[in-house]
Amino acid sequence: MKHIADLPVRVIAGCSLADLRPKALPPYAPEAVAFLTAWSKQLLARPDIRAYPDVASFAYWCRPANLARLHRELGCQQLRMGRGVALHIAPANVPVNFAYSFAFGLLAGNANIVRVSESLPAQADIVCAEANDLLSQADHGRIASMNTLLSYPRNDDITQRLSAVADVRLLWGGDQTIEHLRRMPVSPRCVDIAFADRYSLCLLSAPAVLMAESKALQALAVGFYNDVFLLDQNACSSPHLILWQGTVQEVEAAQVRFWNAMQALLHTKGQSPGIHAVDKYTHLCRTAIQVKGAKATPTADNRVFRVALDELPENIAEHRGRFGFFFETIDNDLAQLRRIVNTRYQTLTCFGVDAHVLAEIVVSHGLAGIDRVVPVGKALDIGVIWDGYDLIRNMSRIVATQ
Amino acid sequence: MMPAPNFLPWLEYGPYGLDATRKRQLMLQAMRELTQWHTQQCTEYRRVMQALQLDLASLENLEDVPYLPVRLFKEFELVSVPRDDVFKTMTSSGTSGQQVSKIFLDKATASLQTKVLSRLMTGLLGKKRVPMLVIDSRSALKDRLAFSARGAGILGFSMFGLDVTYALEDAMQLDIPALESFVARHTEGPIFLFGFTFMIWQYLLQPLLKSGSRLPLDRGILLHGGGWKKLQDQAVGNDRFKQALHDVAGLSRVVNYYGMVEQTGSLYMECEHGHLHAPVFSDVIVRRLEDFEVAAHGEEGVIEVLSMLPRSYPGHALLTEDRGTILGEDDCPCGRLGKYFHVHGRLAQAEVRGCSDTHETHR
Repeated sequence: MKHIADLPVRVIAGCSLADLRPKALPPYAPEAVAFLTAWSKQLLARPDIRAYPDVASFAYWCRPANLARLHRELGCQQLRMGRGVALHIAPANVPVNFAYSFAFGLLAGNANIVRVSESLPAQADIVCAEANDLLSQADHGRIASMNTLLSYPRNDDITQRLSAVADVRLLWGGDQTIEHLRRMPVSPRCVDIAFADRYSLCLLSAPAVLMAESKALQALAVGFYNDVFLLDQNACSSPHLILWQGTVQEVEAAQVRFWNAMQALLHTKGQSPGIHAVDKYTHLCRTAIQVKGAKATPTADNRVFRVALDELPENIAEHRGRFGFFFETIDNDLAQLRRIVNTRYQTLTCFGVDAHVLAEIVVSHGLAGIDRVVPVGKALDIGVIWDGYDLIRNMSRIVATQ
Repeated sequence: MMPAPNFLPWLEYGPYGLDATRKRQLMLQAMRELTQWHTQQCTEYRRVMQALQLDLASLENLEDVPYLPVRLFKEFELVSVPRDDVFKTMTSSGTSGQQVSKIFLDKATASLQTKVLSRLMTGLLGKKRVPMLVIDSRSALKDRLAFSARGAGILGFSMFGLDVTYALEDAMQLDIPALESFVARHTEGPIFLFGFTFMIWQYLLQPLLKSGSRLPLDRGILLHGGGWKKLQDQAVGNDRFKQALHDVAGLSRVVNYYGMVEQTGSLYMECEHGHLHAPVFSDVIVRRLEDFEVAAHGEEGVIEVLSMLPRSYPGHALLTEDRGTILGEDDCPCGRLGKYFHVHGRLAQAEVRGCSDTHETHR
């Protein structure tokens, strides 16, 4: 069995690196499921859970029924087990991303080394504290012996030594990080699953927006808000572009209705930092200079900036804004979509359009990108199928017989 | 093809001699002409105007004049004259790795900047040149930093000085012999001191406060600018700064200014009541951050600066990243006409959430 020398890291939960026993389990092993459901229960029982909807979503995702459903979906046609040691390099500014990454590795049957960023906000501490509590209990001894959540300041030497023992690496954090981490030597059998920078967009049916009852419209606005504003429109799956379908008149009317609903919702959310407004205005000017035919659509205030385009440039993904900055165009036959999509495209959220039909268009037209088509509001719902990968299958190996 | 606007007649007005009504009228005229000029001359500026879809011919209010964010000058080379006419490129001071603003000057714009600055300096120092002590080191002018904001500021203000002497050695130590001989050479009349606020605090005041020694500069008039950010981090405000200068150097005339490399020349100088004043050549508008509507007097917002000087680059109306408050107009107890205001500091940079920001980022 592999032995990892102790390194200057701070162990947050689980065992020390020197004590790690990387003995793989089958996917959805009872021990792993028991730990995750206990973690879920403890998190949901916390009185402060309401303050952290992202933690609550994670806890809810780990509930027994959901894990049982995922287990069923994986099926048992093949005998599978974890690849061995999974190293997780989680992003610095999505508070609970490391927890999902860890859960995926665990459910696939791996021993896990999870690097938790030192700069994460309070909710990460809560998630870690509950994990630490459980992993100190004898009930979860098996899980504790094969998992460690740790933290260390940027240090390539440590990351390199951890990479050397990994059988699978989950690399979050975008193109630059991936390029950097890929240069580190890994074992010949090691599988890297890299989450590169991605671009996402939204398709709205104008007639559907116009016909939506006020409750449905409100739900659409809340969903869109969650997709965009929870992570400053900076998540890979947050939309930056809205494709509208309908006649010009329908679209204009639907835009008024949709953005008024957004405006009303945003008003209840308090002020955003002042620099965001200046950032967005600067981006508007930058866009005006770089994108031919860009027209600013006046908005009631600085919470949202909108740019109308008759025709999308092929590189529209390079002009993504942040903090509530949107491009809008009409694309009834999806000709523009087909023209712009490349491997960078990840999530297409939609309202009033059948997601399955859209997914089939991706396949039938052989589009180079778009890995997910989900309803508005589900953009950030991470799961075992993510970024085009089946993470459980990719992080486990098949023991074949004939 | 319209000719470049000519505002030389403005120089005949006293720098603080126009009341609100007259100033609005003349400033609006100037802003209209400049907006049209830059739209005609600068492709990037024209594209921004097209995207904003404003009717430039019918700008009715100063507040309706479109403004560019200052950061744009860090990302684009914005020029409104043929490249051959650019004879000087100014850059903002930036630490290594940071992008710097690039400001392109032709002779006409540079000359206008000098003329306007002279007007403003006459009010401070009188018409004659005055012996000058620069609270900085000569190295600020060396190694291609010559036209960084720091070097350019020193050179620009040196025009109003005689026997220009640097108070700091290259290693930023006080050059005591140079200071003593400067004081010995000029035993009568005013002395002009110039420096950047942080440099003065760090390299003049700190050593003197520590050693307990004093400098006989009570005849001095100190002009300083460049921002308070680093001093705010140390909780040093204007009052404490002034008090310290009085204590260690006997200085009683200390004048802060607000200005930026993007609008060189038309400075906002502090009056004896501690208020920054807009001279006739420039103006200031404070906008609410939630919608960029004009803030009421007394209300904090983001500062927009207007200047009639920029012709070789589209910098006549700029949205800064500074927070400020208009205190009043035409009614400062000092008697100067025009708007007077306070600068609170920079807008706070926000932490960005999202998965594309890497864990490897240095913090």
